Amino acid sequence: MRDIAIVAFSQLPSERRAAPREEAEMLQPIIAEALSQVGLTHDDVGFTVSGSSDYLIGRPFSFVYAVDGLKAWPPIRESHVEMDGAFALYEAWVRLLKGDIDVALVLAFGKGSLGPIPDIMNIQNDPYYVQPLGLDAISAAALQARALIDAGKATERDFADIAVRSRRDAMQNPNAQVKGEFDAKTILKDEPYISSPLRKSFCPPVTDGAAAVILASGDKARSLCKHPAFIRGIDHRVEAHSLGMRDLTSSPSTRLAGEPAGVGKGNVVVAELHAPFAHQEIILKEALGLDASVRINPSGGALAANSIMTAGLIRFGEAAARIMDGSAKRAVAHCTSGPCLQQNLVAVLEAE
Amino acid sequence: MTEALSAPYILEYTYRRSTGPVIGRFLEGLRYEILEGVKTADGRVFCPPQEYDDTGAPTTGEFVVLRPTGVLKSWTWVAEPRPAHPRQTPFAFVIVQIDGTDSCITHILDAKDSKQLQTGMRVRVRWAAQKQGTIQDIECFEPSSPILPGPVHLNFNVEPGLHQSAYLRGFLEGKILGGKCQTTGKVYVPPRGASPVDGKPTEEYVELPHTGVLTTFTVVRFPFEGQKLTPPYCFGAIVLDGAGLPIYHLISGVPHDEIRMGMRVKAKWKPSDQWETSVENILYFEPSGEPDATFESYSEHL
Repeated sequence: MRDIAIVAFSQLPSERRAAPREEAEMLQPIIAEALSQVGLTHDDVGFTVSGSSDYLIGRPFSFVYAVDGLKAWPPIRESHVEMDGAFALYEAWVRLLKGDIDVALVLAFGKGSLGPIPDIMNIQNDPYYVQPLGLDAISAAALQARALIDAGKATERDFADIAVRSRRDAMQNPNAQVKGEFDAKTILKDEPYISSPLRKSFCPPVTDGAAAVILASGDKARSLCKHPAFIRGIDHRVEAHSLGMRDLTSSPSTRLAGEPAGVGKGNVVVAELHAPFAHQEIILKEALGLDASVRINPSGGALAANSIMTAGLIRFGEAAARIMDGSAKRAVAHCTSGPCLQQNLVAVLEAE
Repeated sequence: MTEALSAPYILEYTYRRSTGPVIGRFLEGLRYEILEGVKTADGRVFCPPQEYDDTGAPTTGEFVVLRPTGVLKSWTWVAEPRPAHPRQTPFAFVIVQIDGTDSCITHILDAKDSKQLQTGMRVRVRWAAQKQGTIQDIECFEPSSPILPGPVHLNFNVEPGLHQSAYLRGFLEGKILGGKCQTTGKVYVPPRGASPVDGKPTEEYVELPHTGVLTTFTVVRFPFEGQKLTPPYCFGAIVLDGAGLPIYHLISGVPHDEIRMGMRVKAKWKPSDQWETSVENILYFEPSGEPDATFESYSEHL
């Protein structure tokens, strides 16, 4: 199979409310930044694919407007997924496997600040049985967190510790949004429940953000980047839609994606897990068989910045950045989608 | 650069949804307070009914009438509902397994407060007064307690026997008495009518010091029927210095997360004018401030 690597990664700083830029305006600077990292121009890109959701800003086909930011004339090869940009990266990887092009540009963007995110996320629920009940994203996640506690797999203190660690790590990440020194005991004592057992600190912030990743094949990648982050395995799996059909305390889709991706075939130095809610990190770690030696989310993760449709691609970018800067030889990147970790994408990135 | 504009904007989809033979039949049943599940090809029952099972196989179209009761599998308490929520007073989102089914339904539950809720508890359907053939014909779930009150109230005398009487009288004088086993020399607290070693009374009484070592302990956090103390509180096993087995008492005067095995403790007594023939003359044991005992020194008592 063709060697394909991440060779560049750029992102807008994650913010609660980004400057009032429209989507094309959000993409222009990060595309320019990613291209400049590897000395390429728009014309060198053989395939462009983006991930976003029209529901976030309530404007149907909003991704089409974003195409204007791509220098799309004369016409380019372009595609879009109504999912996180990490799934767009998967499509770009598949496209590069065909062998006729060497460079692909992957984009993700999301403005969470313009609408009621927890309620918008109810649109992804079953329209007959669940949507009419107004099951917001935080309450859905809380049902999972409760199940995890009741199963004896975690405590609220574990959730608080994950939140504290994530925000502390985020202090080293200029692009993270929620950062600082927090105290687990204080969180447990002072923060009220939003939807019990979830408190504000166990939930992701509302974020505006955008990210770009450039993939390149084989020798092209080696010529563009000193330490390309080669994608040695990548797979994604989806579980039943209905929460009532699933064991919410485990993530078989993550496990089944991680096995063919080769997570367990070598020593994992760092893992960027897309766990928007603190308890989901515990489930994902178990599903991927990651032990305490693995550095989880040195970027601060989605608890520190969760631009919807972007946070997953940022996990891929951050994991790749650890390889490109020479600090890690082998990393795991993960993205989730759907309520309570319904769908999961896992990749193993390696230095050569 | 000019300032960008911002304006309120409402998105609506005024779709109507056809329901099909499986979901449609289920929803129509709710209108008549009939709760049904659908059978899968491998013999399971799903409620709410699905057109396909989790293996991708179509369900059979064979329906099963269910009782409107089930078990709470998970829940989240929404103390401050959002405008998009189905109620504007505190409620719970719940996952419920209807009796006789192999899947779960997501819905809401009405309760006075979250303290009433516990995973595993029994719940039942509350039907909506006005029905429209939607999932909201189930107005909500509510706690169902098929538990009958069954009080027993009988009056007895209690007699502690000769040696325990001596023990309890000791408390009137602020003493903790033990009884020495004639064979082993070990001191039992309280003294016994018969030592388990030789079957003879431990008649030789010994007054024990009010200090000892905490060998093991538990912090009680659960409320239960008839509980006299308010959780959380700590019970511990204390081997008084010179005693051959532990007595059990409250541990206090120290944060719970600092209580540890081997901690040296001393008895905290009530004021002497309140003394009775009761072990409750000791309010609790508290740290004495002495260095911890080594594990080997008390391990035989564990």
